[in-house]
Amino acid sequence: MIKLTVNGRPRQADVEPEMPLLWVLRDVLDVKGPKFGCGIAQCGACTVHVDGEPMRSCSVPVSAVAGKRIVTIEGLAQGGKPHPVQQAWIELQVPQCGYCQGGQILVAAALLRKKPNPTDADIDEAMTNLCRCGTYARIRTAIHAAAKSAGTKSKA
Amino acid sequence: MTTALNPSRRKFLKNSAAVGGGLVVGFHLPTALAQSGAPQPAPGAQINAWVVVRPDDAVIIRYARSEMGQGSMTSAAQLVAEELGADWKKVRVEYASTNEQVRLKRPWGDMAAVGSRTIRQSQEYLRKGGATAREMLVAAAAQDWKVPASECVAAGGVITHAPSRRKVSFGKVAAAAAKMDPPKEVALKDPKDWTIAGKPIPRVDIPDTVMGRQRYGIDAQMPGMVYAAIAQCPVFGGKAKSYDAAKIQGRRGILKTLTIDGDNAVVVVADNWWRAKEALKDVAIVWDDAGSGAVSSASIMEFLKAGFNEEVVPVAKRAGDADKALAEAAKVVQAEYFTPFQAHCTLEPQTCTVLIKDGRVDVWTSTQNAEATHATAAGVAGVPLENVYVHRMQLGGGFGRRGAQDYTRQATQIAKAMPGTPVKLLWTREEDMQHDLYRPASLIRLKGGLDAAGNPVAFWTRVAAPSIIATLLKLPLKDGIDPQAVASFSDLPFSIPNVRVEYAQRNPHVPVGFWRTVGHSQNPFVRECFVDELAQAAGKDPYEFRRSMLTSAPKDLAILDAVAQKAGWGKPLPAGVFRGIAETEAYGSYVACVAELSGNAKGEIAIHRIVVGLDCGYMVNPDNITAQIQGSVVYALSALFWGDITIKDGRVEQTNFHDYRLMRLAEMPKVEIVLAPTGGFWGGVGEPANAPVAPAVCNAIFAATGKRARSHPLSKEGFSLVKA
Repeated sequence: MIKLTVNGRPRQADVEPEMPLLWVLRDVLDVKGPKFGCGIAQCGACTVHVDGEPMRSCSVPVSAVAGKRIVTIEGLAQGGKPHPVQQAWIELQVPQCGYCQGGQILVAAALLRKKPNPTDADIDEAMTNLCRCGTYARIRTAIHAAAKSAGTKSKA
Repeated sequence: MTTALNPSRRKFLKNSAAVGGGLVVGFHLPTALAQSGAPQPAPGAQINAWVVVRPDDAVIIRYARSEMGQGSMTSAAQLVAEELGADWKKVRVEYASTNEQVRLKRPWGDMAAVGSRTIRQSQEYLRKGGATAREMLVAAAAQDWKVPASECVAAGGVITHAPSRRKVSFGKVAAAAAKMDPPKEVALKDPKDWTIAGKPIPRVDIPDTVMGRQRYGIDAQMPGMVYAAIAQCPVFGGKAKSYDAAKIQGRRGILKTLTIDGDNAVVVVADNWWRAKEALKDVAIVWDDAGSGAVSSASIMEFLKAGFNEEVVPVAKRAGDADKALAEAAKVVQAEYFTPFQAHCTLEPQTCTVLIKDGRVDVWTSTQNAEATHATAAGVAGVPLENVYVHRMQLGGGFGRRGAQDYTRQATQIAKAMPGTPVKLLWTREEDMQHDLYRPASLIRLKGGLDAAGNPVAFWTRVAAPSIIATLLKLPLKDGIDPQAVASFSDLPFSIPNVRVEYAQRNPHVPVGFWRTVGHSQNPFVRECFVDELAQAAGKDPYEFRRSMLTSAPKDLAILDAVAQKAGWGKPLPAGVFRGIAETEAYGSYVACVAELSGNAKGEIAIHRIVVGLDCGYMVNPDNITAQIQGSVVYALSALFWGDITIKDGRVEQTNFHDYRLMRLAEMPKVEIVLAPTGGFWGGVGEPANAPVAPAVCNAIFAATGKRARSHPLSKEGFSLVKA
């Protein structure tokens, strides 16, 4: 039995240790936010936070994250309020089909935690998830907007 | 979250009959609502197929086509709400039911979201649906007040009778309105008076997406569900000769192994998908390649080339005498262009969930053609159409891939083998990459003739390419022409007196399909680059040369001018930076592009700026149109620089995103968009902007490097994309 914390709730799964975290979340724990896109850590649609770090859950055996804190797109908002990145994503109408966007948002949120005012180069380096709909221009704008709004709030 | 397996249709019918006063004729609870898990609100009165009004003034607008990120769920509802006079804040959008579509003899018309047609081909009946419902609501209020309906106005969800200063909200009169006879004729608003349509209204589906609440086909979930992984014969058209599942017997979670599609595919069913997928790797399958095991990209190229040896082929367009004019021309330019097979790569791989129980079939899936999904499930399950319920989920990308229903056909076969058990079929990325319906590879030869003054006098082209219409849709070709194969040639806008456009149909064994922008994703590249070659031969500026040929095509000319102006065509550029330009019609809209880039001797191309303009006539949601253009540029550049499906030993060589490369954020150039709607017509939005990007970039590459890239992908032509 493997134990982990998912979006603040203790969860456990009786699965093979090598089963990827993505499939434990999706098929065993019914957490559908992380998406399957490639299975080889290329696209990032399966991104989750593991102890605060973005990871591509399709390529992480569940045994490697036993006891760790997992946050998926469903758990990013705190106290019922959208995360600043989510707020910016809504305001700037970033998603198209939206399938990759949970992953994109989680990577952006982690970037902003490390670099509250990222440069375009920082964004280029961090945002390697694929978006087939081609929302990249809006992702960049939204990250800058989220940085600005978070900055404004912390000053206030 | 658990999906309700049996939408409480009967209960809803009863309730809505009571509320709607008998007019409601059998709409079951919309899927999204049933699945939300939220408390079910009181059903409302159905005014007509498009509009339901609840007692609390909430307006439900039914959406018939599909939402795959193109935003039409919102813009279609904007058109209905505009004519309805609704308060947009109280509007909710829900999918129309395919089951009711069958039972009520297609009240919603075409449900397919393909060909950029959701707005342009439904706008009239969507607007009439809203206007008709408005008239019925107004009539109900007028009857209650005993005043002429002509004195009442509906706006913001409220009906007002100004002379008596009375007001009533939609919800209060909805039940009475539902009993009214619909008016036979309704007047539609002049688009200049729009207050909801034409505005950049936020998309209705985005908050759910951003908060992680959106449900895609892959997310279907219900008690007792089992999961299927599939291995299709790697060689198209082949099948499994035999398979040995001894190694997975008794393995944890494994429930069943079977073949489907006439042994074309082997399937393992398990209690979760990962177990099914892993077990399938250990099933030893012997494939029969059906004689196609030696086909390669090289052999397909030879097969296409043979299309140029045919003496007589169908002619798609003829004007004057192209042969004679070419023979007499002062200068003749000849070229051969190639565009390769492309994969759709919807980020959500193909998936479908089916439950067959007691003669009823429930399907949960991502589809661009819900009626085709419905019919496929009914046909495979062998049940009447009335017994099928398609629960439409958000699509994780479409791009033309999810019009075909191969995955529904497969999932229904598996479910048929496991009656009473819901089965979710999910393809791996590798299956998706290797069993797509690819954009056809196309080989095109052209000849252009110039007179002594450099004016174009003759244009000849022959397209040697597969036919999607003949092979995928299996429809007869009118006069031997597949319109997609000759798109942008058969409707050549240029004032050239002698033209002949020919089509040699060449169908290799690789299955082809509708890939975003279809023929317009490849032929404008060929046409507009060849026009550049003609301009060069004529010693003329590519922009001015085009202008001189567009004298009888005012809309083409207008968007060309608008984009050239925005880009500052003709104005000096920084040293080493060069421009290219292209223009075409596509899906009833007019699109043009100017690319600015620099290149070096190593073939490294840095794109400094891309300007794209679109004239779609009337704009329903400008922000969404901008988003579609932004996305189209990425789609076009991915295909131009890297997209390449190649064949070896009868099968696709690429397997996943490491060897079929898509553009990433860091590679995205700066894009400026010109929305230049001229009104008076309804053009498409989701696909057109893909068309002019590749030729504009390639023409700029020629300007920068002197090298003419006549074949894709550019990575094979010695070019790479680097940061500007």
